[in-house]
Amino acid sequence: MDISNLNKRQIADYLKQEQRLDGRDLLDYRDIKIETGISVNAEGTSRVRIGKTEVIVGVKMDTQEPYPDHDDEGTMMVGMEFSPIAGKRYENGPPGIDSIEVARIVDRGIRESGFIDWKKLCIKEGEKVWSIFIDIYAINDDGNILDASAIAAIAALKVAKFPVYDEKKEKVEFGKFTDEPLPLTDKIPFTMTFHKIGDKMFVDPNREEEDTSEGRLTVAISQPGKEKMINAMQKGSFEPITIEELEQTIKSAEKVYDNIFPKLLKQIEKLK
Amino acid sequence: MAYTKRVDGRKFDELRPITAKVGIIPNADGSAMFAFGSTIAIAAVYGPKPLHPQHMQDPRTCILRCNYNMLPFSVTERAKPGPNRRSKEIGKVTEWALSSVVDLKRFPGTVIDVEIMILQANASTRCAGINAAAMALAHAGVPMKEMVASVSIGKIDDKIVTDVIKEEEDWEEGEGATDIPFSITSNSEQITHLQLDGKIQTKRLKEATEAALKACKKIHEVQKKALKEAEI
Repeated sequence: MDISNLNKRQIADYLKQEQRLDGRDLLDYRDIKIETGISVNAEGTSRVRIGKTEVIVGVKMDTQEPYPDHDDEGTMMVGMEFSPIAGKRYENGPPGIDSIEVARIVDRGIRESGFIDWKKLCIKEGEKVWSIFIDIYAINDDGNILDASAIAAIAALKVAKFPVYDEKKEKVEFGKFTDEPLPLTDKIPFTMTFHKIGDKMFVDPNREEEDTSEGRLTVAISQPGKEKMINAMQKGSFEPITIEELEQTIKSAEKVYDNIFPKLLKQIEKLK
Repeated sequence: MAYTKRVDGRKFDELRPITAKVGIIPNADGSAMFAFGSTIAIAAVYGPKPLHPQHMQDPRTCILRCNYNMLPFSVTERAKPGPNRRSKEIGKVTEWALSSVVDLKRFPGTVIDVEIMILQANASTRCAGINAAAMALAHAGVPMKEMVASVSIGKIDDKIVTDVIKEEEDWEEGEGATDIPFSITSNSEQITHLQLDGKIQTKRLKEATEAALKACKKIHEVQKKALKEAEI
């Protein structure tokens, strides 16, 4: 399953000419397909496929005591697992750094964009707030699980419905749902990861491209008004990037946002 | 109140509608999904492949390693992710349910990993998992003597029922609920997995076994059909 040096060289050589082995442009994604309603006991679920890459996400809710420094705001926890179901390279065990990193980047994009109205998740100030659990599972890893996870998390939140809350008992009635969607805003973050090979940056690597990648930069962008905002960034892997490359990547990220995101948003808005 | 009619309206010996498909995970050597109504399991097979660390290898045989994973959002109240005592036991009985039909001696020193995920749970998850795993093994082209089908038979109050759902599993009136998961091989009709949880009169176990045999035959037909429809 590991890629040979010969293939790596071919990928790198093609990229020098701004070409990719599967014919895509550097800023092109493979087909993105979003499905929801894949598991009925969860408050919201989704399956996202980018090419052959597949992730599923489930949203579960419960109540808890708020954090002391945000005592009228709900909470969120994102978990991610590269289960061995997703490919030969993964092994059983507690989440490794790869999983933790994906979960934390997805978390930051959602948290910082203002996509969730935290104050509306407050039940009783200082005592009880809603908590949202987002669990991400890689089902088939053909590269770019990170971006797929972020899209799937948005989709699952979008279709999630509050469970019934028994005010007398002050408890959630698990398995019973209301028609009420989560308090979401239109500040939807779009998380995209740029990979670097040689001096070229490109998005949505397939498995072999991701294995050839020398460095990466993830950028989460939302557009609350006229201007685009960066909500999260992460430079991963060892290869440094230059300041010019960073500036170029942000420009590319805006381009990708304008080209890919509207189509994605159309799919997300249709979700129920 | 006596259990005279099943909560979902099925006949006592009726299975839920079954959905089965192979080839759902491109990376895997073999894969399958199997659903009893709203209980959905998926399984992927990786192997036979070299087993590391080396001291775990058995020079006489391949080792079948099954891992059962119930996703946190598959149940109504979020389950804590990761392995627990229940999932470890189910993984083990799944190995026992399947090992005898796989020609493990052909691949000494190797391992076959079977990964099972429960996407949505409404009882009988281990049976759905075993059915998916058996299909995934066949889909991977691992040599097998025959197939394995699995079903949970219940005694709800005094009625023997096929393919138990959650509301039946939680039945408390009358004689209460007894859950008896069976896994049975397709040709030689041997029991490769049997568990029981509850209470049942010794003389009534035979009825449960007969119900299991009947149900497993039907499940086996569905498994076979899904495998024949596989896109290669």
